[in-house]
Amino acid sequence: MPINILMPALSPTMEKGNLAKWLKKEGDQVKAGDILAEIETDKATMEYEAVDEGVLAKILVPEGAADVAVNAPIAVLAAEGEDVKAAAAGAPAPAAKPGVSGPAAPAPKPAAAPPPSPPQPSPPPAPSPSMPTAQAAPAPAGNGRGRIFASPLARRLAKAAGLDIARIAGTGPRGRIIAHDVEAAKAGGVALRAPPPTAPPAPAAPGIAPVQAPSDEKIRALFEPGSYEVLPHDNMRKIIAQRLVLAKQTIPHFYLTISCTLDKLLSAREDINVTAPKGPDGKPAWKLSVNDFVIKALALALIKVPDANVTWTETAMLKHKHADIGVAVAIPGGLITPVVRKAETKSLMAISAEMKDYAARARARRLKPEEYQGGSSAVSNLGMYGIEEFSAVINPPHATILAVGAGVERAVVRDGKIAVATQMKVTLSTDHRAVDGALGAELLAAFKIYVESPTAMLV
Amino acid sequence: MAESFDIIIIGSGPGGYVTAIRAAQLGFKTAVIERAYLGGVCLNWGCIPTKALLRSAEIFHYMQHARNYGLAAENVSYDATAVVKRSRNVSKRLNDGVGFLMKKNKVSVIWGEAAIDAPGKVTVKPASAEAPKGSLGPGAYEAKHIIIATGARPRMLPGLEPDQKLVWTYFEAMVPERMPKSLLVIGSGAIGIEFASFYRSFGAEVTVVEVLPQILPVEDAEIAGLARKAFEKQGIKIFTGATVTRLDKKADSVTATIDDGKGGMQTLTVERVISAVGVTGNVENLGLERLGVKIDRGAIAIDGYGRTNVPGIYAIGDVAGPPMLAHKAEHEGVVCVEAIKGLKPHPLDKLKIPGCTYCAPQIASVGFTEAAAKDKKLDVRVGRFPFVGNGKAIALGEDQGLVKVIFDKVTGQLIGAHMIGVEVTELIQGYVVAMNLETTEEELMHTVFPHPTLSETMGEAVLDAYGRVLNM
Repeated sequence: MPINILMPALSPTMEKGNLAKWLKKEGDQVKAGDILAEIETDKATMEYEAVDEGVLAKILVPEGAADVAVNAPIAVLAAEGEDVKAAAAGAPAPAAKPGVSGPAAPAPKPAAAPPPSPPQPSPPPAPSPSMPTAQAAPAPAGNGRGRIFASPLARRLAKAAGLDIARIAGTGPRGRIIAHDVEAAKAGGVALRAPPPTAPPAPAAPGIAPVQAPSDEKIRALFEPGSYEVLPHDNMRKIIAQRLVLAKQTIPHFYLTISCTLDKLLSAREDINVTAPKGPDGKPAWKLSVNDFVIKALALALIKVPDANVTWTETAMLKHKHADIGVAVAIPGGLITPVVRKAETKSLMAISAEMKDYAARARARRLKPEEYQGGSSAVSNLGMYGIEEFSAVINPPHATILAVGAGVERAVVRDGKIAVATQMKVTLSTDHRAVDGALGAELLAAFKIYVESPTAMLV
Repeated sequence: MAESFDIIIIGSGPGGYVTAIRAAQLGFKTAVIERAYLGGVCLNWGCIPTKALLRSAEIFHYMQHARNYGLAAENVSYDATAVVKRSRNVSKRLNDGVGFLMKKNKVSVIWGEAAIDAPGKVTVKPASAEAPKGSLGPGAYEAKHIIIATGARPRMLPGLEPDQKLVWTYFEAMVPERMPKSLLVIGSGAIGIEFASFYRSFGAEVTVVEVLPQILPVEDAEIAGLARKAFEKQGIKIFTGATVTRLDKKADSVTATIDDGKGGMQTLTVERVISAVGVTGNVENLGLERLGVKIDRGAIAIDGYGRTNVPGIYAIGDVAGPPMLAHKAEHEGVVCVEAIKGLKPHPLDKLKIPGCTYCAPQIASVGFTEAAAKDKKLDVRVGRFPFVGNGKAIALGEDQGLVKVIFDKVTGQLIGAHMIGVEVTELIQGYVVAMNLETTEEELMHTVFPHPTLSETMGEAVLDAYGRVLNM
């Protein structure tokens, strides 16, 4: 039987994605492990590897198609010895509207209420009359990565209890999940519970109508026709918009600014960088940036002030055990914040190497979702553009973000005399639900100590 | 020095010998101790020889009714001695088979009466029965794990004690010198009903007295009611809610006084009486009191893995409590040694142990009866399908029967199945497999039952529970 190739779910939350590029043509031989296509998800472009072997009989969703639902058939593979033409003829109708999303594509809905966090793409498009039979059967319960062995009764009990069967450990033969295991999971409490199917909408102030963004038509009407180009949003742009609206509408921000004297840090950096061995091309093998110090200093400050190393949820505060620091990386068309995990445990050199790798792969849009999700705080540094001071928008689920300005030589008063010092202003944006003013100040003070006395980072 | 084993099993009945084989498969150095006959009561004086007897009864019945099938069989008669001899030969063959299986699996057979001196230590004294070739003799033995599988024996009621001549237990009932003309069976469990059915087939006037309000007390009331009707139609007299208060023995007859439970007293004179008032575990003379092994209502108390309260001492099968069935013993034994091995088996779920009674018509069941499900406050869906709606049953000339299934209404779990009719003992396993795999009504309704077979009644009963029955 011909094999339907389905739109893969490349991250646990992915519900649809764009078919960025086909790397195989119709008629091409496909081996398991071959890269079939590039799929553009929320913030990354990922390679889709073939699992089965055969000949690519038909491409159902063309290159550039947007918002293809997960598990929708995107191509048909004729298996070994099968008639390619017959396989192509028997192909299901594509489940997503084919074609590149054009300028006429209307905005789906006014942004009345921000979508819940983490970002959940809007529901798949309603089936059109032309595709009643094309919808692929839903994948079996679970993560789509493998078959889950569970008894029918176990599945039914799990469903009734609202438990994700994939998260239950099986004790039956060869790990099969049996009714007993579901009962045990139920008795075990909340740890295994699946999140509720829909997150409650963000609470709106009673009596105040939510702000409605003007429609696209109204905005366009403000401009002379032909005086602009229409550039459809890519997924990254949509996600940035979505998340920043969410952040600004739901997180009560407040800001704290402090100046840090950088002279010791700069000389330490120089001392360290000159020790870097030279490669064959005469370039040093590594070079620490000021930002690497900033990442490490913020991580250590968060560990020193653990009450600030938190994430707000409606029912509880998540107090993190490690400092996972997101670092904003500007890339063509947007930005992304890969996360340096357990940054407090890593050496400056390790952080530096990790950031180089992240930056390179972020520009190529090759970051994996697990590399940019989560984290408890972030660093956004615009110092290299000469920006002296700014405030950043918190990127949920973080509780804080540190906006870092340029190091500038200033006249300062030291022991009653005017002296020259290199100073850097940093502004901490704080989620007031999670981190109050004094706590934020404590965090920033700790950060300042590490930055001004970088040797403190050694202990 | 005492010979040492990893596991010693006391008793070679179906529980003991199967446990020994599984233990040997798992790499344990294993021995089984037996005092009378390999294979225990089941093979020698229970399950198997009675099935041989009932087969003779069944064929005799068909020969008497050959005309129903367009056949002629004149002057049909029987030879009681030959019927018994066949039954004994069947037992002998299986008894030899157990000896072969022990040898094949390198399980040592120790011949004698065992007592446990301390955890890990067993003393075996000589037994009266002749030892089979190649078995080890009396003496001291050691084992890290001792599994008691000593089974059960007929229960005695005061005043109704069997005397082996006029008042029989199943031992005597299995080897009659001649067929009695009249018979009183006390107790209507599987043993009592099978003997009632057997002797009625050979023409005896049979009366059954049951103290509980229903014959076959563990079965679903509806099925037991149908069985009662069928037996009464065959000419078996049945008293329920009644007790035998005394037995007056003469030279070759017994006069029983029966309290019918409604204030009436009756006397009944019969040639023989069978006492089938249940069995009781063989917990005595093993040294259990000395070791402090906990005994609860005549059975050794165990957890789901056969462990007693004394480390290193285990019990399985009848001696460890009801249901007293060979297949329950076997499975308990397997779970016990697998747990010793560290394989993490699940304990035996007693709700998934089928029970079979080989009377005519046969009765088979598994799981909750309808009444038990209601006692448990379960919301149930019940489906039924009678054999009159089944083509194969009609072709067989056996259209009296019923399949009844009970589902949990909330989860769709099959929680009980109850059957009466020809060959239902061979059918029940379909439901047992389904229950063990935790299927719901959906999978059962999608199961293809071959046509034409009696098993189609099983599919139809499931459909009936959900209002989708086809052939009724």
